[in-house]
Amino acid sequence: MSTIISEGLMQAKAHPGRIIIWAVLLIGGLIMITPILFMFGTSFKDASQVYDMRLFPEYPTLDNYIQVLSDGRFLRWFGNSLGIATTVTLSNVFFDSLVGYTLAKFDFRGRYLIFLAILSTLMIPTEMLVIPWYLMASKLGWIDTYWGVMFPGMMTAFGTFLMKQFFETVPNDFLEAARIDGLNEFQIWWKIALPLVTPALSALAIFTFLGNWTAFFWPLIVTTSQEFYTLPVGLTSFAIEQSIQWEKIMTGAALATIPTLIVFLVLQRFIVRGIMLAGLKG
Amino acid sequence: MTSANNTQVAPPAGRSRKRLRMQTKRVLWAWGFLALPIIFYSWIRFYPTLDAFWLSFTDWDLLSEPNFIGLDNYRHLFNDPQFWQVFKNTFTYLLVGTPLSLFFAFIIAYFLDRVRYLQGFIRALYFLPFLTTASAMAWVWRWFYQPVPIGIINGFLANFGIAQQPFIRSVDQALPSVLATAIWAGVGFQIVIFMAGLRAIPQTYYEAARIDGLGEIAILRKITLPLLKPTTVFLVVFSSIGFLRIFDQVYNITTNDPGGPLNSTKPLVLMIYQSAFSSYQMGYAAAQTVVLFTILLVVSLMQLWVMRER
Repeated sequence: MSTIISEGLMQAKAHPGRIIIWAVLLIGGLIMITPILFMFGTSFKDASQVYDMRLFPEYPTLDNYIQVLSDGRFLRWFGNSLGIATTVTLSNVFFDSLVGYTLAKFDFRGRYLIFLAILSTLMIPTEMLVIPWYLMASKLGWIDTYWGVMFPGMMTAFGTFLMKQFFETVPNDFLEAARIDGLNEFQIWWKIALPLVTPALSALAIFTFLGNWTAFFWPLIVTTSQEFYTLPVGLTSFAIEQSIQWEKIMTGAALATIPTLIVFLVLQRFIVRGIMLAGLKG
Repeated sequence: MTSANNTQVAPPAGRSRKRLRMQTKRVLWAWGFLALPIIFYSWIRFYPTLDAFWLSFTDWDLLSEPNFIGLDNYRHLFNDPQFWQVFKNTFTYLLVGTPLSLFFAFIIAYFLDRVRYLQGFIRALYFLPFLTTASAMAWVWRWFYQPVPIGIINGFLANFGIAQQPFIRSVDQALPSVLATAIWAGVGFQIVIFMAGLRAIPQTYYEAARIDGLGEIAILRKITLPLLKPTTVFLVVFSSIGFLRIFDQVYNITTNDPGGPLNSTKPLVLMIYQSAFSSYQMGYAAAQTVVLFTILLVVSLMQLWVMRER
């Protein structure tokens, strides 16, 4: 058996087809990121160099960044998005895992019914809810507030389902032992069960954060004044206002993209692993 | 929390009784944990769902009180030529976008899975677009699609003496142009999922097949594809739902005439948005959301059906 495998590997190494496939894959990957590269390249060009097709400018300048950031709107939108995405993520990490844990580890009448009820909300598209949400938000004065942007996403069925799946793998003996030690049920969840599912928890956190960071549809509806725009909505209004000043628009787009790129470079392993984890369980 | 201690010191009235009280206590804890979520799901999910159904039977326009008008909104919708154009567009996004992106994703994942050198780096290149903000990258693509002195793609074509393309300014090319940006953004996710699925297939299956003398294509058809079915079904449904709900890219690429030119790129979600928040026909928009809900429900049920067949 092992000789067959090693033979296969030997063949693989010598095969020129492999090298061609590798090169094609690499070139394809580089083509995939050209829009991102051009976006950054152009953000360092002044208006006179925009029509120069060169990827990186001959005379790079930071003027666009200085101008785009100077009126403070981007910083405000950046802060709004950061605050909103962080709050919603914390809420999801807390509530989705608490509900997932309760549904996985407690035995009580109506448990299955509640699980089905929560799961059934996965079938309801956001688009169907925005009109009632908008009505609700305008009646309660939530239009143009942070809470107005955040309230629909504070808990999700997806997160609950994901966490339930993982809590089911936690051995009951651990929880029982903690119970004998005199921990109450909240402490058992918080101190014993939760640390055992950190991979799932970080996957959920990354998903929720990215989803809310890039969210566009609901923030576009619920915010009308620039002060409360999130970064994607702010960027759209900024780009419309710049009309054909592509270097400014690219700078704005770059500013919206930089944070996710940093997060990706730092957490690449977690993100890819998290997506695999959730994709296979989900 | 103090009550928990009381149970511990409770008189030894028999183990079973104590266990029973522990059990009741746990049930109370469970409902305590669920209290806020139950309120949330009832108020922010279930009530709005029913409300959307109800509004779809009214003439609500945000100003006056809603009046019940029966199926008028639906009748209006099915007689609205714009709706059928939008319906066609939405299904074009779905029926072209899903197979095309899954095809590319599978090919790339299949070969990338065997790459040993720089595999993580190459995967990251494909995956990176998935993490970008759709509304930001839509503007980059919009810029790419401009005519000659500005647009990169037309500039590139000009270098090779190929005729200029109108892209997002033409009724025929606008939808494929928008769709390309959506495929570009989504394919990296599918590659990662496919690679996870491929890795989950036990190596012994391949070894056995090789011993039996099966060629690469036979292995692909008889082992890889059948064992990858759950992954494929998940991705088909996931990306179908994504294409059926396309909005960010269309809205940002066509801001001067949302869904244009001549409604040629307008998907259902954009029509909902315009009916509700540009012309304030809330009842009419609600009826459209019910149609969207029905389409998505059918797609999800088809997934269950396909999975059960196994």
